[in-house]
Amino acid sequence: MATALRPARPTAGTPRRTGRGYSVDRPRRSPLLTVLTGIVLIYSLVPLVWLFVNSTKTQESLFNSFGLWFSGEFALWDNIATTLTYDGGVFVRWLGNTLLYVVVGAGGATLLAILGGYALAKFTFPGKRAVFAVVIGAVAVPGTALAVPTFLMFSQMGITNTPWSVIIPSLISPFGLYLMWTFAAEAIPTELMEAARVDGASEWRTFWQISLPLLAPGIVTVLLFTMVATWNNYFLPLIMLRDPDWYPLTLGLNAWNAQAATAGGEAIFHLVITASLLTILPLIAAFLLLQRYWQSGLAAGSVKE
Amino acid sequence: MTIHPRGRIVRGAAVAGTLALTLTACGGGEGTDDGGGAGAGDGGTVDTAAVLEEGGSLTVWAWEPTLEQVVEDFEAEYPNVDIELANVGTGNDQYTALQNAIAAGSGVPDVAQIEYFAVPQFAIGEALTDLTQFGAGELEETFSPGPWGSVQQGEAIVGLPMDSGPMALFYNQDVFEAAGVEVPTTWDEYLEAARAIHAHDPNAYITNDIGDAGFTTSMIWQAGGQPYQVDGTDVTVDFTDEGSARFAEMWQTLIDEDLLAPTVGWSDEWYQGMSNGTIASLTIGAWMPANLESGVPSGAGSWRVADMPQWEEGEMATSENGGSSLTVPEASEKKELAYAFIEYANVGDGVQTRLDGGAFPATTAELGSEEFLNVEFDYFGGQKVNEVLSRSAENVVEGWQYLPFQVYANSVFNDTAGQAYVGDTTLAEGLADWQEATVTYGSDQGFTMAE
Repeated sequence: MATALRPARPTAGTPRRTGRGYSVDRPRRSPLLTVLTGIVLIYSLVPLVWLFVNSTKTQESLFNSFGLWFSGEFALWDNIATTLTYDGGVFVRWLGNTLLYVVVGAGGATLLAILGGYALAKFTFPGKRAVFAVVIGAVAVPGTALAVPTFLMFSQMGITNTPWSVIIPSLISPFGLYLMWTFAAEAIPTELMEAARVDGASEWRTFWQISLPLLAPGIVTVLLFTMVATWNNYFLPLIMLRDPDWYPLTLGLNAWNAQAATAGGEAIFHLVITASLLTILPLIAAFLLLQRYWQSGLAAGSVKE
Repeated sequence: MTIHPRGRIVRGAAVAGTLALTLTACGGGEGTDDGGGAGAGDGGTVDTAAVLEEGGSLTVWAWEPTLEQVVEDFEAEYPNVDIELANVGTGNDQYTALQNAIAAGSGVPDVAQIEYFAVPQFAIGEALTDLTQFGAGELEETFSPGPWGSVQQGEAIVGLPMDSGPMALFYNQDVFEAAGVEVPTTWDEYLEAARAIHAHDPNAYITNDIGDAGFTTSMIWQAGGQPYQVDGTDVTVDFTDEGSARFAEMWQTLIDEDLLAPTVGWSDEWYQGMSNGTIASLTIGAWMPANLESGVPSGAGSWRVADMPQWEEGEMATSENGGSSLTVPEASEKKELAYAFIEYANVGDGVQTRLDGGAFPATTAELGSEEFLNVEFDYFGGQKVNEVLSRSAENVVEGWQYLPFQVYANSVFNDTAGQAYVGDTTLAEGLADWQEATVTYGSDQGFTMAE
């Protein structure tokens, strides 16, 4: 019997000792490592804490109190209400714009990456190596460098200053395509696809019912990447858009911030801070909700099963 | 508590990047000239009433906050005109946008707000309409000399002044009194006051500065320096003249003795410093009251305004700091209507609307009117602030010129002259570096540069 040949499984009570005296179950404790991790943790969390604490302050106490603790009246609800209504509720409009760019742009980018990545991983066709070279090359080109040429091109086509000028470039995600490609190559056994074909499934059905479910963790990963990239996108809309009604949140917040640096402009730092807090909430929510899939996605293929 | 100390460097790079693109493109735009200015070639005044009656739509790019009300009033008075007012970014952001639109040849607005220091840059590329064809040449007496000089490019008038920024000393009286300091009337006294304030409270400074191109040029302007001489495409840059040296020497003392708060202007820390008394004064443009009232509400009753300190006792010489004009880009197809609007905003009823909103005028009628001069500002303890600011407007030193690529020059200020505030170089050396960088860039752009 095979089982008899295997060494006894270590139980929780008697962890197996390795030569160095620690294991996954009983990690070695390192004070230095703990301190370093702690510093990194604090470093990452302090801006968030600062953002939350200062969202609860009025403009007045923002200037006259210590930045990392609460002070004065608790003005969070007032600030949120003012943020949502300031300047005719333009913040809500910007939020809607950002959602539009994310849903259509990042969603579309993910869709294209799935289709392209799947095709490149699972089908052979002439010119595949050339496509590979182009995709890898495209990963290396920063989007910022293409922004001005894209602007001039779009300008000739007459679509600058429209939502399309932000959405169309967002649809292209070379890194997402590359990620989907490698993921599809690992996650979908070719034998499984052959079995489906032998059983008479069409290519579409094979993709839809066999491959797509296997790709789910990769899809979520790519979706998160493109979503964050589109949500944070600043330079592209800055170049393309002139009409504040089409601004995403990033540009809108900058416009509010710049207001304080204008002769005769109203300083609204408390609104900028509160709006920033509101701006990151949807991203935090998306990460928490999709975290499970995302983690399994990153680990895929790391262990031979 | 830093959020965003304005992204100067990033923004500067963006401007520099697009600039090369545009200067060439502006020249190319000449061929596709006009069409909108038809019928006005005789140099006479346009029949504004008819143009307004006919109406149409205008795109206006501006960030000046009081313009919103002006646009509303204008649309109410001329219902056939529809104005789309867009804030496409403040200052440099707008210039980048404007240059991009001009380069692309589409999406250029009918009216654009441009600060005085940036006017020559657009004018020399012939991107702006000469407004003398609409009768703007007759408006010389209407505007105070500083702003009027700023919109003149040779024979052409390339914009109408919207506001102005004659400089004055804004100071926190409470901080000065606590330190036992008199309000300085000369720069020597200013230096003494800076020492006394910092000695009294090590956290307090007479002002903040970590290198600001606009402030530096304004100070040199007041000191009688004329580092920039522009004649067409012949440009001379010389920061070794007496005025520049005078400023550099005095300001160097403040830097050496650590008497300047290391705070970036217009940041949240800056407002905070003025709020809690650690920044005791600002030598700045006349538009400052509105910013103090909204940004430093807790300073109400503490702040006062005095004449800009002088280089020689008993003199009265000032300079301009900031201020902007409304211009009509050459690519606009509705130039007459656009001119009718900027005339309304900067000469007509719009002036009073903007005054009520806290802006500082560029028109002599308002600057000299009893009503304007007698306004008592509650924020400034009832002081008749406009008397001081108006006096400054009358005494602006004449003959100052900005570079035809001042936006670029200002964007590299912190890499050159600004190093004096953080590094080992002196301000005089820094200005020499700035001059060198400016001359190199100008030559690359095809200007005939001399030092």
